[in-house]
Amino acid sequence: MLPSEERLRSLLVRGLAGDSSAYHEFLRELTAHLRAFLRKRLARLPEEVEDLVQESLLAVHIQRHTYDPGRPLTAWVYALARYKLIDLLRRRSRTDLFNDPLDEESEVFAASDTEACDARRDVAKLLEALPERQRLPIIHVKLEGLSVAETARRTGMSESAVKVGVHRGLKALSAKIRDSS
Amino acid sequence: MKTDDLVTLLATGTEAVDAKAPTRRYLTAVTLGTVVATSLVAGLLGFRPALLHDALEPMFLVKEAFCAALGAVALVTVARLSRPGVRLGLVPVLGLAAPVLAMWVLAAVALLATAPQDRADLVLGQTAAVCPFLIALVSIPVFAAMVWTMRGLAPTRLRLAGAAGGLAAGAIGALVYSLHCPELAAPFLAIWYVLGMLIPAAVGAWLGPRMLRW
Repeated sequence: MLPSEERLRSLLVRGLAGDSSAYHEFLRELTAHLRAFLRKRLARLPEEVEDLVQESLLAVHIQRHTYDPGRPLTAWVYALARYKLIDLLRRRSRTDLFNDPLDEESEVFAASDTEACDARRDVAKLLEALPERQRLPIIHVKLEGLSVAETARRTGMSESAVKVGVHRGLKALSAKIRDSS
Repeated sequence: MKTDDLVTLLATGTEAVDAKAPTRRYLTAVTLGTVVATSLVAGLLGFRPALLHDALEPMFLVKEAFCAALGAVALVTVARLSRPGVRLGLVPVLGLAAPVLAMWVLAAVALLATAPQDRADLVLGQTAAVCPFLIALVSIPVFAAMVWTMRGLAPTRLRLAGAAGGLAAGAIGALVYSLHCPELAAPFLAIWYVLGMLIPAAVGAWLGPRMLRW
């Protein structure tokens, strides 16, 4: 097992328990691994890499409740990234570009790449297109860092509506990234 | 938005994740789907009058065990397919094959023990023409529950997940339908019940890639 598996797993487990700085660190380190993993597999579509990194990060975040801490993190991340990769290739009907076999699960944490390119689709712009009940909770809670209670007070929404708005909004954002490519 | 900013956005304001929530959601959905399916049988078809008497018949218990075993294995399969990176293992294949093979063996034994001119009755019973379709009909609420559950999780093999969800719905639908159904012959169950479960499974395989995408 790679040392990064154990480290990332413990960061995620702490993150799932509510430690948001451990979660932040988890996502930051994961980003570099995802980028290296996807860059290698999208060698002929380099312009897609950063968008797919962002889409995969959103997927990891939205689906984090499906990670079972008793199971290897590598397999979970690999399955998510692979799903998003195949989804992209299918969307572009360019499966001929599928030059690398995808059966090397252990490689997902083998390399790390911190050099970000620009994403072509701007998540901030897509965010503006969300309905208000999703956009405002995301802006207040996720961008400005306000608490759910404070956001509820400012927007006149209930606290549970704010939480639902964040969750559904991120899902909608992920769908918009997908559909705009 | 730069990727670093997206990472910060995602990490800001996160709360603890309730690890038991997906299981709770799954159990609630299956229970609700089964309750609605049972009301459907009670309201549209009616429970069969001899139900209490049947409950002591060995063949009735075999029929219930057959549907329940297939349903349980299909539910486990759906749970595995709904979490990324969880391997399926052999449980689905063996667990689904064993009850069906056992029922086919029972059917063969029953047919061999019957005079040739009476065999058609064992196979067709009185309701062969409607049985698979009624099972498929009764399974609809459970099917909806399965789709709702899987949409809240992250299946990565959509066609297979759809088929497994459909099969679980079909098996639970058959279990509920058996409260109405008068048939107890193994040859009948081996064909028409299995067919009734396969209809929602096929629909699930067809709809999976469309309905379960995320």
